[in-house]
Amino acid sequence: MTAVDTVTGTAKTMVLNMGPQHPSTHGVLRILLELDGETVVKAVPDIGYLHTGIEKSCEDKTYSQVITLTDRMDYLNPLGNNLVYCLAVEKLLGLEVPKRAQYIRVMMVELQRISSHLVWLGTHAIDLGAMSVFLYCFREREEILNIFEMFAGQRMMTSYIRIGGVALDPPAAWRQAVQKVLNMMPGRVDEYETLLTQNPIWIGRTKDIGYISREDAIALSMTGPTLRAAGVAYDNRKAFPYSSYEEFDFNVPTRTESDCYARYLLRVAEMRESLKIVRQAMAKITDEGPIKAEAPGIIPPQREKMKTEMEALIYHFKIFTEGFSPPPGEAFVAVESPRGELGCFVASDGSPKPLRVHFRAPSFVNLQALPKLVEGRLIADVVACIGTIDIVLGEVDR
Amino acid sequence: MEKGRAGLDQITALVGLQIVTESSIQKANVVVECLRSWSQQAVAEVIEFRGETTIVVPRNLLRAVAERCHADSKLQFNMLTDATCVDRYPIEPRFELNYQLVSIPRRDRVRLQVKLGGLDPVVDSLVPVWPGANWLEREIADLFGIRFNGHPDLRRILLPEDWEGYPLRRDFPVVGYRDVPSTGDLFKKSSLL
Repeated sequence: MTAVDTVTGTAKTMVLNMGPQHPSTHGVLRILLELDGETVVKAVPDIGYLHTGIEKSCEDKTYSQVITLTDRMDYLNPLGNNLVYCLAVEKLLGLEVPKRAQYIRVMMVELQRISSHLVWLGTHAIDLGAMSVFLYCFREREEILNIFEMFAGQRMMTSYIRIGGVALDPPAAWRQAVQKVLNMMPGRVDEYETLLTQNPIWIGRTKDIGYISREDAIALSMTGPTLRAAGVAYDNRKAFPYSSYEEFDFNVPTRTESDCYARYLLRVAEMRESLKIVRQAMAKITDEGPIKAEAPGIIPPQREKMKTEMEALIYHFKIFTEGFSPPPGEAFVAVESPRGELGCFVASDGSPKPLRVHFRAPSFVNLQALPKLVEGRLIADVVACIGTIDIVLGEVDR
Repeated sequence: MEKGRAGLDQITALVGLQIVTESSIQKANVVVECLRSWSQQAVAEVIEFRGETTIVVPRNLLRAVAERCHADSKLQFNMLTDATCVDRYPIEPRFELNYQLVSIPRRDRVRLQVKLGGLDPVVDSLVPVWPGANWLEREIADLFGIRFNGHPDLRRILLPEDWEGYPLRRDFPVVGYRDVPSTGDLFKKSSLL
């Protein structure tokens, strides 16, 4: 954390402390702003207020226990966090996940992407004074969270994606529920656009605000919509496909203006692309089939088998008392979260607890470009710039 | 320090354990080849595991290798996505720094690794090569106590400035110490919770 005197100011400038409880910092982010009149001369972000030591806690958990912790990092994208961790452990184990489980995973993370973009759109608009968009966005997000509740029993901390597959078979009426969202969303996305895209106040508050050049964005390791709005078509789903994304037909929208307005248009376009993926995934998911890999000793056995087979009971006992031990080695997996490249690095020393789990948090890395976006601009635009990079402080601090 | 907690007993039993290298006779990686042809010392070891290539680089050559990876027209690793550290205490050299490089034009990934001893955990910063390394290195310095030469701003980033110790080191107990910074004598130093 940064001491107040880190930024001193001069006779001509003053230092303004923004946050950590400022409503538009989307959590507990503090920014020290050195101002010359209304112009930002220097901005120093200060983070760590939500640091919970998740990576340290992982050292004392078995591989399966870590999944519940991953939910709590980026709380708008718990399924994506589950996914990246499970993919990393599966890579360590050399485990093949059944296709049906892979398609369920894809469908769930794409629904999650839409719900995350909805929260982003609502809060970004409310920061800039468009109150009603927030209410509409949360109405639709509720429908998607209901689907998560159907699948996992939880709206937010789902822990639905597990090592080797997913936790449960899709519930009975899942097709109708997902179809309802698919029917509803395209019209609703159009509705948001009628509220904002041509809105002169919205355009005035976002166009040419928060510019970052393509070179700077790459140099500062920015990923996700912020990088794609700068004209770089880098998306992990296309560049390094995982979970059978190579079988899906979708586009990676890009823009070249690299301002807040371009990022808004890009995320709206991404919601439409995600709907396309959900539709395809729904068609690919068969009604019958395995949802977990065949790996005794790693995947908990079915309840029924435990009652009839001795080995299944022993495996169940072993998995939940001591866990399983992947071979020593390291694995790094990156997925495309709504915010950018979400990576997970897992190192194993051959014991049942991970030696090290590290998350490459897109919010954390993207946030370091904030000074570049705001310096030299007006103080009123700082709020727009924080919103536009879409940070989740739970993930920034971990 | 509480032993069983951090799983130290298990690790102690594994001292001298080597990382499994799968099929090192695989077809030579283009990155390895390119670095070898530039300098024989640049590549100390190549680890292939589960389809990922890890290139172990000597500490004194890290900056030069990184510059090569960034600038070479055959490699074009224009983005550093992640940097992190693994503490293999009590094995020496205990720290392994891992840098994940991405080449957007070539759609390739590689991992650079540097091993550092516990007595002198200092390495050249990669901020001059990839400015995005700034916060990633600050985080490592904050949580592992590794110093980066030439880093522009190596303040603590996640922990309070008066925090003592480096919590992600393996000899720091998972439950933490009882003493809370700035509570004075209220909580005694180094007593466990």
